[in-house]
Amino acid sequence: MSSEKKLCLSGSGVTKVFGFGRNTTLAVDHVDFNFYEGEIISIVGESGSGKTTLAKMLLGLINPTEGEIYFQGEKRDISTHRKKKEYWKSIQAIFQDPFSSYNIFNKIDTVLLDCIRMRGGGKLPYEQKVEMMTEACSFVNLKFEELTNKYPFELSGGQQQRLMIARIFLLKPKILLADEPTSMIDACSRATILDMLMQLRDEIGMTPIFITHDIGLAYYVSDSVYIMERGKFVESGSADDVILHPKEPYTRRLISDVPKIYEEWDLSTV
Amino acid sequence: MKHTLQQVFHSGKFVTGFSIFVAILLIVIIYPLIITDPPLRIIGQGTFFEPGIYVNVYDSISSPHYTLNLDDAAAKRIASKLGEDDRIAIKDWLVAVGIPESEIDTTDTAKLLDQWVNNYDPATRISGMTNATRNYYIRLNNSLKGLLSTDGVSIAVANPETAVLEETSTIVQSDYVNVNQVANVRVLPLGTDNFGRDVLTELVEATRVSLQIGFVAGVIATLIGLTLGLLSGYVGGFVDDIIMFITNLFTVIPSFVLLILISFSIGQDRRGPVTIAIVIGFTSWVWTTRAVRSQVISLRNRDHVNLSKLSGHSLVHIIVTDIFPYIASYVVMALILQISSGILVEAGLSILGLGPRTTDVPTLGLMMNWAMIYQAHILGKWWAYFPVIVTIALIAFSMNLMNTGLDQVFNPALRD
Repeated sequence: MSSEKKLCLSGSGVTKVFGFGRNTTLAVDHVDFNFYEGEIISIVGESGSGKTTLAKMLLGLINPTEGEIYFQGEKRDISTHRKKKEYWKSIQAIFQDPFSSYNIFNKIDTVLLDCIRMRGGGKLPYEQKVEMMTEACSFVNLKFEELTNKYPFELSGGQQQRLMIARIFLLKPKILLADEPTSMIDACSRATILDMLMQLRDEIGMTPIFITHDIGLAYYVSDSVYIMERGKFVESGSADDVILHPKEPYTRRLISDVPKIYEEWDLSTV
Repeated sequence: MKHTLQQVFHSGKFVTGFSIFVAILLIVIIYPLIITDPPLRIIGQGTFFEPGIYVNVYDSISSPHYTLNLDDAAAKRIASKLGEDDRIAIKDWLVAVGIPESEIDTTDTAKLLDQWVNNYDPATRISGMTNATRNYYIRLNNSLKGLLSTDGVSIAVANPETAVLEETSTIVQSDYVNVNQVANVRVLPLGTDNFGRDVLTELVEATRVSLQIGFVAGVIATLIGLTLGLLSGYVGGFVDDIIMFITNLFTVIPSFVLLILISFSIGQDRRGPVTIAIVIGFTSWVWTTRAVRSQVISLRNRDHVNLSKLSGHSLVHIIVTDIFPYIASYVVMALILQISSGILVEAGLSILGLGPRTTDVPTLGLMMNWAMIYQAHILGKWWAYFPVIVTIALIAFSMNLMNTGLDQVFNPALRD
């Protein structure tokens, strides 16, 4: 089905074990996956199912205990700082909690200037940098003139998360790992954020990977869905296949747990 | 930053501690500007002069004399010569020679002396009295001679040619001099120490040196502790293992024993205050390392650090901008405690005689050491050691108070 699609991120037998001795926790258990370029991927699972650990391994923030991760068909090599930096030019992330994602001692300018420097624009004249930052901010409906010289914690949660997207806009990575990007903000901002991420995808042609506990959101945005339970992918496939015709009881449970309007909420599975 | 400072200066505990500390600092800075005597100059011939105002006798003879007729002058004069112990001794003698106890009133000086003059005879043997006691009574009798006389004293000068004493002036009992008109008056608010040095001047200098020692030791200990703690906490892995191995090694060796051994092996001649400070600094970084490490470990997996990594920052950059500012308040508190413990450790070391060499500067510990060696505490010369103890206590108290205040500001869970 996807033979013409280019593989961008794949893994085989990826495992992460925390602790040792009698206190070992198997966070991610021999996971295989193939993410293709241009697809929208969702990894769905309940809390503690190992989604975030997997995301950190994909980002290269922690090393897998076992297994290999392939980037664009080749084995990923992030052994040195230089190689990591190179890798992070193509893969970026949005974290769950915007309030803890920023260094409270740095101003917003610093956050955005870091991104420009990361793209090799560190030596550009300051006016041009301001222009780039203004463009990025206006993409996410923020006004750079109002943000400059402010600290991230002076913004609301939604604004902070939009600033995070502005950061991605400046970085233009190939892959974006969005680790529950909307779980900490209210429902109205949620749609805006998702909308912006979709727009950004069209704009810079990146592959977003959503990590979420919200199967409704996954169905709404994604092409392929991976259902994760206790560190394993129990079901995967296209969004329609998985969500409309779930095979695993865990998937059915996740679907029934979504509260619906005009219908009694089935709490029997909780 | 401004807001944090405002919050800090709203904490009562911090402000109290800070005020005491600043007061000590100001005294240490201003006092030497006013009294410029070298702090270690020996001014008194003899040990442990009591605190008080010292008026030059020679100058007061040649100063203008004024006659003041004060009723209680004679009584005060006798009272100062005839102490309470002497009165009781007189009473004991009188009782022993057979005067009824009801007739003796130790508060009536004139009557008591009268009874004494009538009844005392050095030849009398009282059974059970030792020779020492008898000698004491002879000395007492001699000192009482002329106590009730109202004559003045003559000042005589030897004629250089004939060597005959010639009377130049007479001082009567109602003669007074104005202290302001006496050329040489020296106030010794805390007396002199065993070497005859002004204790107050010495104490101020000692406080200055001790604060310097504490500061140098605290900064060194904090710098080492901070660097090792940051590295070990953030880098983790093998680096962490090595650093924690060294830290644990230093934890199990009591640092004071290490300190004593190092100070001893350096030798008295090369043990200046700075050397001692460095030695203290190099033996007290251990707990700062452990504390900083645990703080860093709790920080290193935060999202903002991950974001900084994703922005391609180097290890040093992340440690300096993403980790250090978050623990800076903690480090300041650790520094304050390190300074305060540096001062205490110096005092402890000096009391053992392993402090800085005694020839160039006094320190609080050295002053305690001198007072102890010359038995000030046994002789009751409180001014040689008590002010030193109070100063050490005040410094440590003010710093710990500042630390508690800061703790409450930075750790809202502790606020009451």
